[in-house]
Amino acid sequence: MEVTTKSMPYEAWKDNEYIEKLVNELRESGTNVVVGSLDKLINWGRSNSIWPLTFATSCCGIEFVSLGAARFDMARFGWEVARSSPRQADFMMVAGTIVHRMVPVFRRLYDQLAEPKYVIACGSCAISGGPFRNSYHVAKGIEDIVPVDVFLPGCPPRPEAMIYGIMQLSRKIKVERFFGGVNRQEKQREFLESHPVEGVED
Amino acid sequence: MANITDIIAGLFPGISVDTPEKSAPVVTVDDSKWHEVAAALRDTKGLQMDYLVTIVGMDWPEGLGCMYYLMSSVTNEIVGVKVLAKGDREQPSITSVADIWKVATLYEREVYDFFGIVFVGNPDMRRLFLSIDWKGYPLRKDYDANPDLNPVSIESERQSDFTSTYSRNADGTLAKEDVRVFQPEDFVVNIGPQHPATHGVLRFRTAIDGEEIKKIDVYMGYIHRGVEKLCEGLTYPQTLHFMDRLDYFSAHNYHHALCLLIEKAAGIEISRRAQVIRVMMDELSRIASHCLFVGTFCMDLGATTMLFYTLRVREQILDIMEKTCGARMTFNYDCIGGVMADLHPDFVKDVKELLAVIPRNVKEYNDLFTGNVVARNRLSGVGILSREDAIGYGVTGPSGRASGWACDMRKLQPYSIYSELQFDEVVATEGDSMARFKCRLDEILQSARILEQLVDNIPDGEYLVKVPKVLKLPQGAWFQVTEGCRGAFGLYLESDGSTKPYRLKIAPPCLPQAAVVDHITRGYKIADLITIGGSMDYIVPDIDR
Repeated sequence: MEVTTKSMPYEAWKDNEYIEKLVNELRESGTNVVVGSLDKLINWGRSNSIWPLTFATSCCGIEFVSLGAARFDMARFGWEVARSSPRQADFMMVAGTIVHRMVPVFRRLYDQLAEPKYVIACGSCAISGGPFRNSYHVAKGIEDIVPVDVFLPGCPPRPEAMIYGIMQLSRKIKVERFFGGVNRQEKQREFLESHPVEGVED
Repeated sequence: MANITDIIAGLFPGISVDTPEKSAPVVTVDDSKWHEVAAALRDTKGLQMDYLVTIVGMDWPEGLGCMYYLMSSVTNEIVGVKVLAKGDREQPSITSVADIWKVATLYEREVYDFFGIVFVGNPDMRRLFLSIDWKGYPLRKDYDANPDLNPVSIESERQSDFTSTYSRNADGTLAKEDVRVFQPEDFVVNIGPQHPATHGVLRFRTAIDGEEIKKIDVYMGYIHRGVEKLCEGLTYPQTLHFMDRLDYFSAHNYHHALCLLIEKAAGIEISRRAQVIRVMMDELSRIASHCLFVGTFCMDLGATTMLFYTLRVREQILDIMEKTCGARMTFNYDCIGGVMADLHPDFVKDVKELLAVIPRNVKEYNDLFTGNVVARNRLSGVGILSREDAIGYGVTGPSGRASGWACDMRKLQPYSIYSELQFDEVVATEGDSMARFKCRLDEILQSARILEQLVDNIPDGEYLVKVPKVLKLPQGAWFQVTEGCRGAFGLYLESDGSTKPYRLKIAPPCLPQAAVVDHITRGYKIADLITIGGSMDYIVPDIDR
């Protein structure tokens, strides 16, 4: 099965191995026709209207603004509905450095996102701490805080790279299964169980 | 220069005044006399040091202390004051000057956060960027950077409703008194850090009475990355790239500033061509930065389409920069000795095309937004900042100039080739949000004027002079103020003669602009907080560093 999105030719993707691996895993677990077709329909809708959360801490956020403006125009892909409330957003573009003080806030924002939710680590700071890795007050990548779906390198990534990154996410959504063996959500539950939030008072 | 040192020496006989060759004079004062000297520095005619540029916390071999850099809004002279802290490393203390310069309240909190120096008499002695449970003072030389001491935690940070003030007992020990930040009857609303109109991750704890704002506690540190400490572990050329990532709109300007300072300290002369290129890049950045300001500011007010109009010009500028520097942001273009690469062959043509469309675009912005009756009602007469307060709070840049304070460092402390250029300093007198908005629009035209003068006069020559591969600076300290896109950008560099800075202090323009929000929003409606904050145009990574 060739998974692609937005009429992008399958050969044009730079990293097809991981998506083929995902598809194979799905095949091995097997599915029936009805459930499979329902999944296809849901995924078609979801992968074409992923709404970002307006979340930016530094430089990468400005490139995300450029992405929203006329020249790069993410409205072409159905991503332009940037929501300021995590309750209404589908994915979080972690654009910028996450520091110690921001970590609990960031985690809470992630917890508030409605399911299904996705995270893109945008820029080297979010991936590893980037140029600030050795600092006393910078988290060394967000992977220890929330599960990450797509890593998007760059400092900051160009808007074109951001488009590619979000398209990768959209492609990933396309092979998800919400009925039967729920691959992704299980992984997420495992992650959350191993990284519990303690002492949260409301 | 001699004039100032004479006056100071005359006022306080026996005081020592150093006059380093390449930096401002430095007065060394004992802590017991510091408050008295500070008042005299501000009030004596001929000195009138009414603008506190920055307080540099220091961990010298001889002990902890501070360098205060003061500037006069009358004579435009800069003077440094060195004060050593009293007491041991357990509890060092210095007398506070928060009652003399208003912005000192915040600057002293910053020094306390980084060095643990207690300022006696400061009404609000809390940590600024780090949490109250943070162990150690990170900018001290003996700071233990073991990550186990201060681990990354996903648990919510402990917060306190109290702040402290310190006073000195008769025997010299310190007495601590807890004070409430908000009164028990206050209704406090939290705004940020995740809020679309705070322009980044800034948090306001806002006490309101109905819809009116009673008090704002600005809570920072959500993007504090510890750049100053990082710089101490890197060689001089390596420190440069952090300048791109503070105020990312002023990337060229900040780079330029640090290059100038290192070149001044090392005695490197750069070519005329490199100077012209740097100034042109600075002014292009300024136009791009103000364009984005106009776009996002109008978007905060609900005029989303303005973003598309203004980003059109910004994209055009980014294209010019991309051709020459190879990046859209974080250019890393200026380097010690000149610039990294020569101009792209299309540069002159592209800049001319840009200059041709700028007047038309600015007129369009004015037609669309400035005259709009909704915009006028929301902006005119809102968030008024008087000239005295602008100086007292150290609000520089277009925000300060909108209050009638001519504080353009390109005019007051001319650097590079700015003294030869013809341009007007845009100054307004109203001091409201509208004036701050208009000042930025007018500055776009002035920057275009500078570019017009230079675009046909880029001299030939080398763009990068030869500098030693391993750059060592002589022992000493240097301070300089330049103009970023948002105001006065101060840099303090101290060298112990090695290849790495002993201390590099960055004094960003946005920190005082965020600090003043509490003062200018009081009594206004909570909806005005968004327009006032937007019109100050602070960039949060620049505040937090």
